Amino acid sequence: MQGTGTARDAALARLHALLLRVARSELRRREGRHPVTGPELDDLAHQAAGDALMAITAKIAEFRGESRFTTWAYKFAVLEVSAKLGRHFWRRPATILETGQWDQLPDRLGLQPDDLAEQAELLAALRRAVEEQLTDRQRRVFLAIVVDGIPLDALVVQLGSSRNALYKVMFDARRKLRAVLAANGYLAGPAGGPAGLDCVRRSS
Amino acid sequence: MTHWPELEEFLRTDARDVGCDQALRILHVYVDLVLSETGQEAARRYPGVAAHLLACGPCADDYDGLLSAAGGPAGDGRA
Repeated sequence: MQGTGTARDAALARLHALLLRVARSELRRREGRHPVTGPELDDLAHQAAGDALMAITAKIAEFRGESRFTTWAYKFAVLEVSAKLGRHFWRRPATILETGQWDQLPDRLGLQPDDLAEQAELLAALRRAVEEQLTDRQRRVFLAIVVDGIPLDALVVQLGSSRNALYKVMFDARRKLRAVLAANGYLAGPAGGPAGLDCVRRSS
Repeated sequence: MTHWPELEEFLRTDARDVGCDQALRILHVYVDLVLSETGQEAARRYPGVAAHLLACGPCADDYDGLLSAAGGPAGDGRA
């Protein structure tokens, strides 16, 4: 791959074929969570494979043999698929978002309709804490992801940010909200232990 | 006191969580470790990555995809 001539071209062609297979497979694995089908899906797979190949050739010197080469290379294809689906979210004509859909929150957080009345006070406290305790950026990101259901990778595109940066914003917001709700007797104990961001899970 | 476990889970954070950048930087190493040993062993060696994969949907999705591409079943190795 670092050489020149026909041997390198052949190696790149083989790698591209592998990356294309991974990208197609990854898009199919995520079926039902994105609207891309048919020729558009194949086009997206080709774009992801092409961009992954470019990234790999640019970063080949960074491969240190800590994993199999193919696993390292496939990662680029998978990450390209994620990024492209995030961008694709905003291209869909059907992406008409109603902002501030607080009535969707109980469902997004797994609350059964029968339990809604029982948890109305907690829901109101959560909403108050979001409005009064979070910073403007934390509130914006929280509302977009949790209340409006925008996938994290799509919000990354809209805000010109990174997945890591927005995750950190959400991490801090979650910790703050938990502390506020615990201090007011709605939740037990301090923050800690294994995390579970179910409403963000599967949102990409 | 609440009986809304999903909300409690959602708001719970783990101080070991390394975030997306660090998790994705070594995701290929983590996946090969899951495949060559066990998910538990990978989580033991990289607890911050395991904590992150439990909490971050997009990164967990990438993990599942890479694990599948590299030859393993999705869903193992997050804890």
